[in-house]
Amino acid sequence: MTFTPLTKTMLRIAVGITLAFIYIPLLIILLYSLNPSQVLGWPPEGFTLSWFPEAIKDDGAREALLNSLKVATVATAIALVLGTLAALAVSRHRFFGRDSVSFLVLIPIALPGIVTGIALNATFTQVMGIDLTLWTVIIAHATFCVVLVFNNAAARLRRMSTSLEDASADLGATPWTTFRRVTIPNMRSALVAGGLLAFALSFDEIVVTNFTIGAGEKTLPVWIFEVLFRPNQPGKVYAVAVIAILLSMIPVYIANRMTREESTTATGAGVAAPAIAEP
Amino acid sequence: MAVDVRLTGLTKRYGDFTAVDAIDLEVRQGEFFTMLGPSGSGKTTTLKMIAGFERPDAGTVELGGEDVSGLAPYARSVNTVFQDYALFPHMSVEENIEYGLTITKVPKAERVKRRAEALEMVRLEGHGNRKPSELSGGQRQRVALARAIVNRPRVLLLDEPLGALDLKLREQMQVELKQIQGEVGITFIYVTHDQDEALTMSDRIAVFNEGRIEQASSPRDLYEHPANEFVAGFVGISNAIERDGRKLTIRPEKIRIVRDGIPADGLITETGKVTEIAYVGMVTRVKVDLDKGGSVQAAVQNTESEAEPGGRVGEEVVVGWRPEHAVSIQGETSKSVQPEERET
Repeated sequence: MTFTPLTKTMLRIAVGITLAFIYIPLLIILLYSLNPSQVLGWPPEGFTLSWFPEAIKDDGAREALLNSLKVATVATAIALVLGTLAALAVSRHRFFGRDSVSFLVLIPIALPGIVTGIALNATFTQVMGIDLTLWTVIIAHATFCVVLVFNNAAARLRRMSTSLEDASADLGATPWTTFRRVTIPNMRSALVAGGLLAFALSFDEIVVTNFTIGAGEKTLPVWIFEVLFRPNQPGKVYAVAVIAILLSMIPVYIANRMTREESTTATGAGVAAPAIAEP
Repeated sequence: MAVDVRLTGLTKRYGDFTAVDAIDLEVRQGEFFTMLGPSGSGKTTTLKMIAGFERPDAGTVELGGEDVSGLAPYARSVNTVFQDYALFPHMSVEENIEYGLTITKVPKAERVKRRAEALEMVRLEGHGNRKPSELSGGQRQRVALARAIVNRPRVLLLDEPLGALDLKLREQMQVELKQIQGEVGITFIYVTHDQDEALTMSDRIAVFNEGRIEQASSPRDLYEHPANEFVAGFVGISNAIERDGRKLTIRPEKIRIVRDGIPADGLITETGKVTEIAYVGMVTRVKVDLDKGGSVQAAVQNTESEAEPGGRVGEEVVVGWRPEHAVSIQGETSKSVQPEERET
């Protein structure tokens, strides 16, 4: 497609505005984290790096971050296993109610978090009578994380010719070997993309988390939400946020690299790389 | 000669549709055997039942005398060259070729040796480290062949392997395939809908139609003595006419346009009117409506570069053929179905 110079200019402006909307608020967070003031306010009153050591030293923040990583990792792991298996079942086998299953699996992502939260809270505390812990948060997060993995995996399997799996069987491989050596490697980038989205979604989830987390335990979003509006140390919260931003760039970078490598080797099937803006 | 593949009463149904209808077939060891037929005639389904991808509803598949009907594909000593090649995109050419050998735990040294042999056989030395996406269609086809043959299966199944290649490459690969088959001595079962391909390569051909085998014989036999009108029409161009209550078919190249100076001794001659003339390079096709009923197409060799070797449209001509070239055939097919309209 070719553009007229005018269209090109307008596209550039549109891209510029979009990027500005994404990154200016992040920049403001960075500025706030460098602001020595004890109260929240614009413009910053000076410059200090002292919030960062304080943030790192803060036990509450550290524990909350660790909890968030734990929850997101385990929920993503559960989602990867269940989502992949569900996608395989739906796209590689015919069974009664297959279409209903592929629809029902998608519902949790559309449900309002508050509904999921109430439903799971009632199920855990009243019906099952178990205490709310990080594990109940993990299970709650897994319900919507599964959808992301399932969606990505199922889309990939639909495009992947079954003759690859037939060829593997034809060459003597048992179904398990075929799954391990042919199916999974060809789904890899889709699983990376799905897993990454699941991780990100779990990492910043706050609504469902509030309803399913045990008393006294905190994930990072819960901690930030609680601490932010307390008087005294707003800079520390922003420093934590900046650290979270930096940490979250690592998996995005890895995923971007992995999917890019694969897109040069995968035939036909366009790789569903996560949409990652390159700053 | 020993029988490698024996199909007995093999049947496959999809709902009400019978894709393969109780066929019996024997393929001998070392044979280049082709299953030829229009799409939907059951040839590919039969191939899939031999490979194990489809389970028969009735009948048996025997490989080397052993009934394998209930065995999974990975438990059968057959390998397949797939129509879309089905190369593993995440593996290099070498890894693709070695795949079957690693599954059966062939020792490393042996594996490397056989891989090198296979690469050499398909003339892809030096391409071992490439990915399938970096190869041309013809090269991918060769990798698929090498990947299957390197396992030394009892039988190699080929599902329209040349279908995606252009004409020149296809003709070249036909010769190569036949040559490779001669070298390795493995039984080949080849599926195609292309009659020229079948005639060129095969030791024997089975013509499929509506889930049944109409005729299984050598290419020459099939062409010269078609069992029925379907076979006559599907393999080559058929001139079916009815004379004295008998159905006859005469191949176009056996029909001569009798002119002054061309002796008509020993020929059966009939008069007719030319209705169509088509120049197609090597021959000119002349369609003649016979006065006794029916019409025939004659292929006149363009030995001279005269302007109109077959005469002119509307011209009254005499056509002739030797009596032994008018082959008596049965009705249209065993099921009496109109053969598909085909290009000539």
